[in-house]
Amino acid sequence: MLRLDCLRSVYPELENCLVVTIMGAVAAELHSLGHRPNFFYLQHAMGLASSTGLGLALCLPEQTVLVFDGDGSLLMNLGSLSTMARYRPRKLVHVVFDNESLLSVGGFPTATSTGTDLEGIARSSGIPRVATVRSVESFKTAVSDAMRGNELTTIVAKVEAKGPTAYVTDLSLLENRFQFRRHIQSLKTS
Amino acid sequence: MPVSATNSKVIYDALKECDIHLVSALPETWLVHLIRLADDDPEMILVRLAKEEEGVGISAGAHFAGVRSAMLMQNHGFLASINGIVSFSHLYKIPLLMLISYRGSLGERDPWQTQGGNVTEPLLQALRIPYFFLDAIDTVKKRIRQAQTLAESSLQPVALLLTRDLMWEEL
Repeated sequence: MLRLDCLRSVYPELENCLVVTIMGAVAAELHSLGHRPNFFYLQHAMGLASSTGLGLALCLPEQTVLVFDGDGSLLMNLGSLSTMARYRPRKLVHVVFDNESLLSVGGFPTATSTGTDLEGIARSSGIPRVATVRSVESFKTAVSDAMRGNELTTIVAKVEAKGPTAYVTDLSLLENRFQFRRHIQSLKTS
Repeated sequence: MPVSATNSKVIYDALKECDIHLVSALPETWLVHLIRLADDDPEMILVRLAKEEEGVGISAGAHFAGVRSAMLMQNHGFLASINGIVSFSHLYKIPLLMLISYRGSLGERDPWQTQGGNVTEPLLQALRIPYFFLDAIDTVKKRIRQAQTLAESSLQPVALLLTRDLMWEEL
């Protein structure tokens, strides 16, 4: 299963939620499908995409927030699972693309390649709904259901360690950040 | 425990007057009253963290959502947050108000706090983070308001160091 195909399968559903991605392949691939003002790409600060999603979800409880995380990033901030589970915002969907690899720095294997089970860690942390998916079809169903559901969900998507040829996009970090905030403020006034 | 409940209340009220509606915190002795005040306040979103660096992301999310926030942490928690501060708050120009208890400074009895005390100000300086002291009760309100204003106008982290003189009642 390719991450790009997973992203493509849910892309039409991303229009009315807030999306936060990690750096590297996830950001570049989502951007390649077509940037939208409700997408924020956290191009560094590994581990903090889920925390950013939590902050958004706690402040905007009626808004669906989707985080596209990765195994390398989540392993740097496993405590985030326990913090999310503690407050369990009902409209936060946490997707973890697990390619068992730190792909963008040369493909070094992460601990999920030697048995660390992120779904198990999420469940034991208290995340009320967890799943692991291995096909694009099941990915699409799991994400769609979670977005329509009313419960904090972590979905671990096992994907191949393949990514784009380039990671830098033509969207500057600050442009993305200001546009994202302005988009959210426009939702509040409309 | 001689942590000043009175002065903690003044600090908390000053945060409220700045329209701060979310605080993230990791408990430490000097912060117990502040955290309890936040916990008892239905208008405040209190996020108890596993590690302080999470608070950098949570505050960024709050900023995007249009909600003012603050981080409550010990100086060792600031040390644990530095990558997040540099590669999120600084990189993306996110206002971040940090209230940092200045352990390991003058009068510190706990040996384990002393190294962190030595490096707190040099690190803030190296990171070009404007910092000011909360050390006298009559200036607390003004300094918190000024720090919040600066964080928002400059779109960057600003630190307030909570000192022993303010937080601890034992001489």
